[in-house]
Amino acid sequence: MPNLNTRGALSIRNVTKIYDPEGVNVMAVKDCSMEIAAGEVCMIVGPSGCGKTTLLNAIAGFHSITSGEILLDGELLCGPGKPKADQGAERMVVFQHGALFPWKTLAQNVAYGPRVQGRSSKAEAMEKARDMLAEAGLGNVTEKYPGEVSSGMSRRAEIVRALINDPKVLLLDEPYRAMDALTKSIMHESLLETYDRTKVTIFFIIHDLEEAIFLGDKVHIVTTRPCQLKKTVEVNIPRPRSYQTQSSEEFRHLMEEVNEAVHEEAIKAFQAGERELA
Amino acid sequence: MTDIAQPSHTGAPAMPKKRSHLQNLAANKSLWRGITAIAVFLVIWEIGARWDEWFGKEWMIPGIGLIPPPSDVFEAWLKVLPKPGYWNSWYQSLTRVLSGFLSAMIIGIPFGLALAVNKYFRDIFFPPFEILRPIPPLAWVPASLIFWPTNEMSIAFVTFLGAFFTIVINVVGGARTIDVRYLRAAQSMGASQWDLFSKIILPGTLPSIFTGAAVGMGITWEVVLAAEMISGGGTQGGGGLGFFIWNSYMGGSLEQIVVGMISIGIAGYLCSSAIRMLGDWFMPWRRLF
Repeated sequence: MPNLNTRGALSIRNVTKIYDPEGVNVMAVKDCSMEIAAGEVCMIVGPSGCGKTTLLNAIAGFHSITSGEILLDGELLCGPGKPKADQGAERMVVFQHGALFPWKTLAQNVAYGPRVQGRSSKAEAMEKARDMLAEAGLGNVTEKYPGEVSSGMSRRAEIVRALINDPKVLLLDEPYRAMDALTKSIMHESLLETYDRTKVTIFFIIHDLEEAIFLGDKVHIVTTRPCQLKKTVEVNIPRPRSYQTQSSEEFRHLMEEVNEAVHEEAIKAFQAGERELA
Repeated sequence: MTDIAQPSHTGAPAMPKKRSHLQNLAANKSLWRGITAIAVFLVIWEIGARWDEWFGKEWMIPGIGLIPPPSDVFEAWLKVLPKPGYWNSWYQSLTRVLSGFLSAMIIGIPFGLALAVNKYFRDIFFPPFEILRPIPPLAWVPASLIFWPTNEMSIAFVTFLGAFFTIVINVVGGARTIDVRYLRAAQSMGASQWDLFSKIILPGTLPSIFTGAAVGMGITWEVVLAAEMISGGGTQGGGGLGFFIWNSYMGGSLEQIVVGMISIGIAGYLCSSAIRMLGDWFMPWRRLF
């Protein structure tokens, strides 16, 4: 197996994003810098509506940035003179509410990327899609439509759809938010399993602190709007981690550290909301 | 998380026996409910219509005037069934509906998609479209009778208008409300503009296209019937179910009026069933809902 974790290093340098709908300047991200090493699982935690998704959208190339630059493996994605990154298969997004095409079966969904990129014939793409779905434990639902399977299965299929494109970075925008705790723990396990196999860099926006520590190599805590890096907590708990990890002393200690930083921001965000209303 | 092999049920109780199509139909509760409802309706109608005949004028139910009982209607129907004129009316109305409806689909779907996808196209064509849209199709009848050389063409034109606006508005609405996540996901995976259109926008709009078609089909029938009555069936064209009703009214045949009405009901039902079946066929993923 080639050493995959030499690729997918993401540098976010002094990124600022100002939305300007009809002259009302809203600063969503302000002078935000982060270094994400190749093959790192990096969790982004911060108050709701703080601009985390804006950052993700900038990396993915859905939105432009106002200033600063974002680099992937030393190559400029966006920066001075090029406000918006090109969308590309090396940065795959898994969306908050899921975005499998409802009119395609799971296998057709997964085969979509290789098909439109013209990398392989339809038959080859479908075969590979079925293989990869089977590998993710979805072998018996490959010919079902997303509407026919559980949300857990469709979210897992969506990650397979991203991985078939051999991305350098996986951008996850709280894909498991609406799930119950049990399904979520299964999703996390399978994500970690996937990570162990591919060592793909993961940029994961998440709200739950416990989950963030459990999954991540690093937890980046960002401030309330405008979004800025407040604190980075390194998680040095060895992998593979199991659910016993969560009751360890080390875990509890990290939890306190993260909690403190996030709580401060949550209060700020809450008070900002209060002022707006008053 | 590996596949669990399906255990074979050799020893388990046998699967329910395959039933014939007819047996299935006989066991279909919805079908029987529908049949019962129609039967009860017919019985009430019959009683209501024959009330004064049975109980005398002084016992008439207030508010109910002259209605032909369904048994008489049925008799009148049996009389017209073998007549080629009746079937010709069916044929003519159906042809008008289908030609108006199909041309509205053929022109309306691409037009609606273009409005939804291209800003320049929208800026140019949407304002005139929105001014013409509120004009009811029937308001076009006099103008189109004068404008088009034949009656048949003016009926076809008015029919077309009836379906066109509904279909276009539905297509535009459907295409513009496709979730941006689908477009972004497709673009991230490297979809070209054409891929985006053919594999995302088009299938994403299909449900709205079929909604528009179902509503448009209903309007088309309305318009055809009215146009047939107004134009008197036309000198060259003639006939049609609308004219059949009008003619029966002029001839004072109450039963035949109802025969005409029910015929339209059946024709409309057949048309909307056809659209539903096409919808199921084109959108297999929607069969689940």
